[in-house]
Amino acid sequence: MQKTKRIISVCLVLCMVCLMCVGCSSDDSNASGASVAKVYYLNFKPEQAQDWEKLASVYTDETGVEVTVVTAASDTYESTLKSEIAKTDAPTLFQVNGPVGLQTWKDYCYDLSKTSLYTKLKSDDFALKGENDEVLAIAYVIETYGIIYNKKLLEDYINTEGAVIKSANEINNFDTLKAVAEDIQSKKEELGIEGAFTSAGMDSSSDWRFKTHLANLPVYYEYLDEKVEKSEAIKGTYLENYKNIWDLYINNSTVEPSMLSSKTGDDASSEFALGEAVFYQNGTWAYNDITGYEVADEDIGILPIYIGVENEEQQGLCTGSENYWCINKNASKEDIEATIKFLDWVITSEEGKKALSQDMGFVTPFSTFTDEYVADNPLLKAANEYIAQGKKPVAWTFTTMPSEQWKDGVGSALLEYAQGTKEWSAVEDAFIGGWATEYKAANSE
Amino acid sequence: MNRSVRKYFSIFLLPTFLAFILGFVIPFITGLYLSFCKFTTVRDAKFIGLSNYIKMFSDNTFLHSLWYTSLFTVFAVVTINVIAFSIALLLTRNIKGTNIFRTVFFMPNLIGGIVLGYIWQLIFNGILLYFDKTLTFSASYGFFGLLILLNWQQIGYMMIIYIAGISNIPPDVIEAAKIDGATNFQILKKVTIPMVMPSVTISVFLTLTNSFKLFDQNLALTAGEPSGKSEMLALNIYNTFYGRAGFEGVGQAKAVIFFIIVALVALLQLYFTRRKEVQA
Repeated sequence: MQKTKRIISVCLVLCMVCLMCVGCSSDDSNASGASVAKVYYLNFKPEQAQDWEKLASVYTDETGVEVTVVTAASDTYESTLKSEIAKTDAPTLFQVNGPVGLQTWKDYCYDLSKTSLYTKLKSDDFALKGENDEVLAIAYVIETYGIIYNKKLLEDYINTEGAVIKSANEINNFDTLKAVAEDIQSKKEELGIEGAFTSAGMDSSSDWRFKTHLANLPVYYEYLDEKVEKSEAIKGTYLENYKNIWDLYINNSTVEPSMLSSKTGDDASSEFALGEAVFYQNGTWAYNDITGYEVADEDIGILPIYIGVENEEQQGLCTGSENYWCINKNASKEDIEATIKFLDWVITSEEGKKALSQDMGFVTPFSTFTDEYVADNPLLKAANEYIAQGKKPVAWTFTTMPSEQWKDGVGSALLEYAQGTKEWSAVEDAFIGGWATEYKAANSE
Repeated sequence: MNRSVRKYFSIFLLPTFLAFILGFVIPFITGLYLSFCKFTTVRDAKFIGLSNYIKMFSDNTFLHSLWYTSLFTVFAVVTINVIAFSIALLLTRNIKGTNIFRTVFFMPNLIGGIVLGYIWQLIFNGILLYFDKTLTFSASYGFFGLLILLNWQQIGYMMIIYIAGISNIPPDVIEAAKIDGATNFQILKKVTIPMVMPSVTISVFLTLTNSFKLFDQNLALTAGEPSGKSEMLALNIYNTFYGRAGFEGVGQAKAVIFFIIVALVALLQLYFTRRKEVQA
């Protein structure tokens, strides 16, 4: 009897201790949550991780508001976001990559239409809206990609005997690009290079350049023909062109087509940076990776990706955004307010504008960024020149691709075609058939 | 003494029990529930019944992965255990430097799976370079690559378990067998192997579940290429969960099925190898 009582009392004491611990800890979090508003930004771009952290600490020093910046590792943003947003201390500010990404997260997005972020936006094109016209996501960086080329190496080539062009400006359609690339490839010993194009690596650090960015062109032209902005099913009108440019990339490269699967994004950028290849498909964000080595800044140029459609002499670079800010609707009111204030500070204050335009090298769609806030990036300057010449920019339609699974399917098929284990029809199946099934899968209830 | 333990055992068990509830039972039940839901994050789940389990078979990647994984498991269990046991036999013979060899064989186990995967990818691709191929050329390259990798990693660990088993065999049993005129092979077959059956049980169990659940090595070595043909079950579940919007529940359903398969196979194996265990 005595012992039973003792057991019971010990149990009770244990229970009380547990309850006290639980009670105290939850009190603590409530107290801090109510009094101090916090900003938690889950950043998508690893290239700018440190710049964001620096900017956040400047803001904290100035206002005392705590800003946490967490950057998801390359290729893991969606998975990180999924687990982070389920936590009590969820991100107050996160990103979606476009209309398809927004579809997943629209129930978490706060209406931004009354924020300065939206009122200072240059055009509605950079906002993603919901069914009732609420502003759910706003693009904060505009990027451009094309075929980056080494002006000096191209000049060397033009000076060789029997060169097919006399000036770089003559490359304004696919046929010329093909002729030049193939001729460079055949003269690679003479030019002292490894190949015309950098390796079209299909490692996950590089394959998005082809399964997403290059695949944008056939999709873009098909949308243009059909006069639509998204589609449930793609016809594949321009897949032949896609094949031609892919053939050109893999057959005139620094490596054999069968070796592509292990080549990484770093491999390609270093090949270009060390002057081993003339052409490199990538965008304005790649500038930091290729500058400061063998290629001088004034030798970096960029060409539109020509795939052999009619009138492509007038085609410009591919310009758009896949970085949209969203504010988490489920965060506390104070945290939402704090996040809006932080973003306002980022796009209006001197420090914020400097950090975004100079340190991070962004071109932003906000009216507060006047001419003196232009990043020092030759690729951006070249991109602006194309627009000044009246070339028509290619929109980023890849944000309407049905799912990651679709991109992976196309990527795998491209790789198998390159290494010779499958025919081109596999790419067509993945592109056209995959689009229909993935669209259905992603949009069914 | 015994009586007081009996009275207080519930208190001693309490911390572990709590940890077990928090760390296993609750997540398990949540996971089970989520497999019947449509959700983006675990907090906004909406009950939709069995449709995740039906959708699971809408593409044949799951069945392919199941088949591929099973085949891999069979190969891995046989090769790892046979080689580990042979090495253990060698290293219990009082050869000079036994301890160094044991350490060397055990070392690979200390390297994490994802690092191992990338190291072996470099090695394999380096060799295949001479044939102008890479690991992703066909699914069988990935298969055997993964097999070599897993062998390299797990043999050392299983070897230690076998060594412990072999050193525990009482010398008098072996001596008696020798006096009775048994050959070395007979001793191995009739004495050593039956006596180390407990080690066999645990080693087979570990290799079986490990190769079935293989994830990071698979991800690092081939990531399922070419075209998902070298994708094992765990990676397939991961890709389903994160690959498409709205397929989180389907991934969860696959994970439940995966759990049932692994549990069934492991229990069957335990039952059959346990029956072969003998007492000295």
